[in-house]
Amino acid sequence: MPQLIKSGAVTEDRWTLLREPAPALPLSPVIVPLATWLASRAELAAGADVGVWLAPTDDPALLSADVAALPIIAVDFPRFADGRGYSIARLLRDRYAYKGELRAVGDIARDQLYYLHQSGFDSFVLRDGKDAQDALASLRDFTDGYQATAHRTPWFRRSGGVAAPGR
Amino acid sequence: MYRYDAFDQRLVDERVAQFRDQTRRYLAGELTEDEFRPLRLQNGLYIQKFAPMLRVAIPYGLLSSLQLRMLAHIGRKYDKGYGHFTTRQNIQFNWPQLAEVPDILADLASVEMHAIQTSGNCVRNITSDHFAGAAGDEIVDPRPYNELIRQWSTFHPEFAYLPRKFKIAITGATTDRAAILVHDIGLQAVRSAGGDVGFRVIVGGGLGRTPIIGHVIREFLPRAEILNYLDAILRVYNRFGRRDNMYKARIKILVKEQTPAVFAQHVEAEWEHLKGGPATVPDEEVARLAAHFTPPPYENLAGDDIGFRSTVADNRAFSNWVKRNVFPHKKPGYAIVTLSLKKTGVPPGDATSDQMDTVADLADAYSFGELTMSHEQNLIFTDVRQSQLLALWSELKDLGLATPNIGLLTDIVCCPGGDFCSLANAKSIPIAEAIQRRFDDLDYLHDLGDIDLNISGCMNACGHHHVGHIGILGVDKNGSEWYQVTIGGTQGDRAAIGKVIGPSFAAHEMPDVVARLLDVYVDLRHEDERFVDTVRRLGIDPFKERVYAAAY
Repeated sequence: MPQLIKSGAVTEDRWTLLREPAPALPLSPVIVPLATWLASRAELAAGADVGVWLAPTDDPALLSADVAALPIIAVDFPRFADGRGYSIARLLRDRYAYKGELRAVGDIARDQLYYLHQSGFDSFVLRDGKDAQDALASLRDFTDGYQATAHRTPWFRRSGGVAAPGR
Repeated sequence: MYRYDAFDQRLVDERVAQFRDQTRRYLAGELTEDEFRPLRLQNGLYIQKFAPMLRVAIPYGLLSSLQLRMLAHIGRKYDKGYGHFTTRQNIQFNWPQLAEVPDILADLASVEMHAIQTSGNCVRNITSDHFAGAAGDEIVDPRPYNELIRQWSTFHPEFAYLPRKFKIAITGATTDRAAILVHDIGLQAVRSAGGDVGFRVIVGGGLGRTPIIGHVIREFLPRAEILNYLDAILRVYNRFGRRDNMYKARIKILVKEQTPAVFAQHVEAEWEHLKGGPATVPDEEVARLAAHFTPPPYENLAGDDIGFRSTVADNRAFSNWVKRNVFPHKKPGYAIVTLSLKKTGVPPGDATSDQMDTVADLADAYSFGELTMSHEQNLIFTDVRQSQLLALWSELKDLGLATPNIGLLTDIVCCPGGDFCSLANAKSIPIAEAIQRRFDDLDYLHDLGDIDLNISGCMNACGHHHVGHIGILGVDKNGSEWYQVTIGGTQGDRAAIGKVIGPSFAAHEMPDVVARLLDVYVDLRHEDERFVDTVRRLGIDPFKERVYAAAY
């Protein structure tokens, strides 16, 4: 059973991920493929509980007009080594100012969580068989970092000016 | 040199703790081999033929004597008493135990070192000019920028799972000693007409299976924008680089398929969004980093040391060493000294722990306690008084590190090859040794002059064979080891890919093949013409004819 981590805790998942486009949508809250969303945006937007998921090849710019309306966007990681989703997350958060839930789905395990979170994801569906309670610890693998991320400016903007070299 | 502050130290310590836990979970069966592989690779740990191999970063090639002593200690405690300096300013240990690697990383962290991102599909160790800070041809000292980019690349959340590995090289000099044209990104410091420091940006160079010389995509990038621009390049590559075929996944293939002009447009479009953003580098940050690289307390000397000049005139062995291993320094009365790790019979780039300890002592005594390593796999003291060269030479001779062969045929660049590496198709170290043994006449070697000979045991080209004046590539033919020869390759400002001269050779033929190439050169060279320039002038045909002539 896949397990959901959201906002730093293990949580019940109320969303159904619709992997393939389907003629009839389930009534429950559903995350639809980008193609489905683009084809029937007006109709889908009328019901509140609809989110969209992006494949690594999908262009997040296609959602730029929808970011205010969407309660959830998921990004699929078909293989953990496929890092395109990290850039998609940065673009959704930084460029398109998406504020809703941003979920990583697919081949997700605990050792990716820190970088995913820094890239802008705030929920993670762990692949089957992985203990979500253990995985929570990995969100704290590092206490800080050098770069600008979804959660911080670069260290050199926060470090309080010119530090003395040496110790 | 750059010293960690509490923040830098904390991140490296946290990495050690993270990897310790990952190793524990792997050994406990909680992580599968497939799950553990990318985690260990991002800490430089390969599983090789006989044992794990740990690759430790020497960021931009700079080491303190304290750090070198720790590398010696690690070689002694966890390995077989030596280490191998690589062609990308790393050091590799070939025999550690997997369970002990977290302890090695902790030892490294205690001297501000790490193995972060020394393998895997991420931004690798940042490499640079091994003469940085001491050379007379610098536009700017690159080391503050090297450190800036080292920090930017370390644990960059967005770029840990790129299509393939990613290598960045930086130079602040007008002469390229960092091979910037054959890196995924090469950065060369330049000054604008107004005197501002910026960078020329080169992308898509690389060796390996598809050797390509990089393309300039921007002639002048203001220094404040350097991280924004790197983010833009990496983001375009991360999103659009090929992931369907690992042999076509490097950025050079994307640049080639899109054309450099179109690739540059994509980068510039991405940069438009990032320009002036949070990652813009304030002058204060450059100043903070530069304060770590202030010049050592040089004596003010009027010019060349008189005693040194007269010893050069009198002592032929010393003079040979000075001619090949000593380079001009920007400060009068000082010199840059290269310690040759290319003694015949020793695998190129290898140094024992005992040698490392003594080199550390010598660095303290002669070169302000610091040294660098070159991508040609030698060690360098960048700040030696000319008046002390004779004494240093004498100590280096005792240590076996004064072979007067820098830039000569026997200063062979060579990967570990089939003796150690599980990727190799053929052995490379025995070929290097056979060539060094065949050409042991120093007068002949000095007469031949500058020749870069590079050997790689497989297409991955860790020995940079494509840019060797003579390049040797190990290939597998029906399960046996053969060697393909290229000539005319060049590194540096006029970087060029060597041309294959014809069918490959058996290992035992290689010294003869090299001898025939050299004979052609000696017969046909113009006065003061280097081997590679003769190849350029005449093409490969005269060389090819002689090498493949049945009776010679």
